[in-house]
Amino acid sequence: MTKQRPIAIDIQKVVKRFGDFTALKEVSVSIGDNEFFTLLGPSGCGKTTLLRMIAGFEDVTAGAIFLYDQEIAKLPPNKRPINTVFQNYALFPTMSVLENVGFGLEMQGKSRAEARRQAGEMLELVQLSQFAHRKPSQLSGGQQQRVALARALAPKPRVLLLDEPLSALDMKLRKSMQLELKHIQRETGITFIFVTHDQEEALTMSDRIAVMSAGEVQQLGTARDIYENPRNMFVADFIGDTNLLEVSVDKIENGRATCHLGGGHELTCDPVAGVDTGARVHLSVRPERLFLSSEPEEVESLRGRVVENIFIGTDITTILDLGVGPQFRVRASNSDRGNLRVFEPGQNVFVNMERGAARLLVD
Amino acid sequence: MAGGAASGGNATSEAYAPARGWLLLPTWVVLGIVVLAPIVLMLIYSFLTKEFRGGVIWEFSVDAYDQFFFDRGLFGDDAPTIQWAYIQIFWRSIWQATLATIFCLLIGFPTAYFIATRPANQRTIWVFLITIPYWVNLLIRTVSMRFILRDQGPLNDLLQWTGIVAEPLTIINTNLGVQIGLFYSYLPFMVLPLYAAIERYNFSLSEAASDLYAPRHKILTRIVLPAVKPGLIAGCILVFVPSLGSFLAPDLLGGARNFMIGSLIDEQFRGSAGNWPFGAAASMILLTLVLLVLMVLARQQARLEKGAG
Ligand SMILES: Nc1ncnc2c1ncn2[C@@H]1O[C@H](COP(=O)(O)OP(=O)(O)O)[C@@H](O)[C@H]1O
Ligand SMILES: [Mg+2]
Repeated sequence: MTKQRPIAIDIQKVVKRFGDFTALKEVSVSIGDNEFFTLLGPSGCGKTTLLRMIAGFEDVTAGAIFLYDQEIAKLPPNKRPINTVFQNYALFPTMSVLENVGFGLEMQGKSRAEARRQAGEMLELVQLSQFAHRKPSQLSGGQQQRVALARALAPKPRVLLLDEPLSALDMKLRKSMQLELKHIQRETGITFIFVTHDQEEALTMSDRIAVMSAGEVQQLGTARDIYENPRNMFVADFIGDTNLLEVSVDKIENGRATCHLGGGHELTCDPVAGVDTGARVHLSVRPERLFLSSEPEEVESLRGRVVENIFIGTDITTILDLGVGPQFRVRASNSDRGNLRVFEPGQNVFVNMERGAARLLVD
Repeated sequence: MAGGAASGGNATSEAYAPARGWLLLPTWVVLGIVVLAPIVLMLIYSFLTKEFRGGVIWEFSVDAYDQFFFDRGLFGDDAPTIQWAYIQIFWRSIWQATLATIFCLLIGFPTAYFIATRPANQRTIWVFLITIPYWVNLLIRTVSMRFILRDQGPLNDLLQWTGIVAEPLTIINTNLGVQIGLFYSYLPFMVLPLYAAIERYNFSLSEAASDLYAPRHKILTRIVLPAVKPGLIAGCILVFVPSLGSFLAPDLLGGARNFMIGSLIDEQFRGSAGNWPFGAAASMILLTLVLLVLMVLARQQARLEKGAG
């Protein structure tokens, strides 16, 4: 987030307790105006709870939530210019699609005719005009999802909250909805706070991502930042595919950390704040940042034996045994025509990595 | 419409088609005995001639209906005039039953809403508590109510003791007495169907409405009430219909001046003062009235369901 962008939602040290269970532990996040922001984390980590607190359905145990410098933690949901696309859509079953979409506008004090007119425009945006007079139960899941989106967008909220809106859709529809959502966000300029447990979806769509686990934000950054520089074990493991190696840090000098991982393997990598000499920590290497060779190369390398090659269409994943730790995965793109060399199982190879590919993790 | 699932369903029901007739036989027999036979009997009796010590003479006559609607009689010499006395009793009954239904709704809805929003394991206990008084016979409950409400009864004692009123309130033998009796008799018939409907209500719809700027009263009128309408209509029917024909509450708490149809009919079949054909005719008129109300409600329900698809 750049500095000049105003803050739309500022969550300051927010705590949420249900009885003696703490669902959120001092969460602080600032979400910029016009940003596509994603809360990503496994089921039960507190994403919905945080979203419901922003919408006003749950009260805040401690901390504060600001909407453009206005403290909103005490405002009831109907007084917040924030709308929600609910996980189960929560469409009004007794109203037509058009009435559903117009409901928020009507409650804002617009005349019924005006509400209908604007709702009609909204339905055009989500390409559902021909279904305006149907009841929600007469629509498919994907169409219901779009009605829910149109209904939440119609009153032109300052912030739109989306709680796993695509999780009930099939893969293909989901992909196209991801693009459509992103498109609508850009077009309307509304700040989106998007919740998902699907890391791929988060990486595809977001300007910035907050990775959550067990009621805490583990890391906050752009998709690229989080993917390439995971801060800890949880993030490295949750986002994308990675090789995790347990290492001991032997020495840190000249801006390089030297680590060994048993079995005679040694590696140097960039040091990380919070990891000192002698520490036993984890190291993460993405499979696509590695390449294999039969002769040593002028880069960092480990030695291993090929166990298996797995062909997955776009890529070939080679499983290796380093003689220490869990099996190691190396991924090569299927289109590296000239460079791609597939090694047979049982062959001894060098596993090479560019500088910066291996990341030390704070546990 | 020739989808695989649809045709599969048809095939199944076709396979049972020959058996359908006799499988439903017990239902038809029971319905015939408990519903159709009494009504047909009543209809026949309403067109017979009355016998002076109760009972009937098997001779066709429209006297009963004549007596109900016309003063001088349709077959007399003078021009017939409308007999208002019985129509008035009917009118009072409809009015009392409507009022009782409204009171039951006003108290029953919040009660049902309260129960439905308790944690799941507490709801049954609340429903149980609501129904406990109804394990006692209606007659005994109505007599007890008379005891509680009378001038020197516990209610007036309490009101005087707390200084709310100086003189005892006369409730027995007033419209209010009848109202309290009807309300008390039929409240659970309102609460239970409403509770069933509200329990099935998806409360995230209320959240969605609130998210879309609806204040509380709008959530109630625009979202909750339409969603629980079937339960609402069922509750209203279950209170209105028995209230209309009720005779215990009007007799014991309303006295002679607050006569209702139920009492009128009841009287016709008692002792030697009775008039069976007239009682039967009044019953048929009441039945017609109730059917008309139900038909209107049923049509509305059908429209609702058609809308919900
Ligand atoms: N009303 C509640 N009462 C008690 N615990 C709750 C309540 N709502 C959520 N929780 C708990 O808080 C945690 C976070 O829930 P939630 O925010 O729904 O997770 P997510 O949306 O990330 O899957 C879960 O362990 C859940 O059981
Ligand atoms: Mg959730």
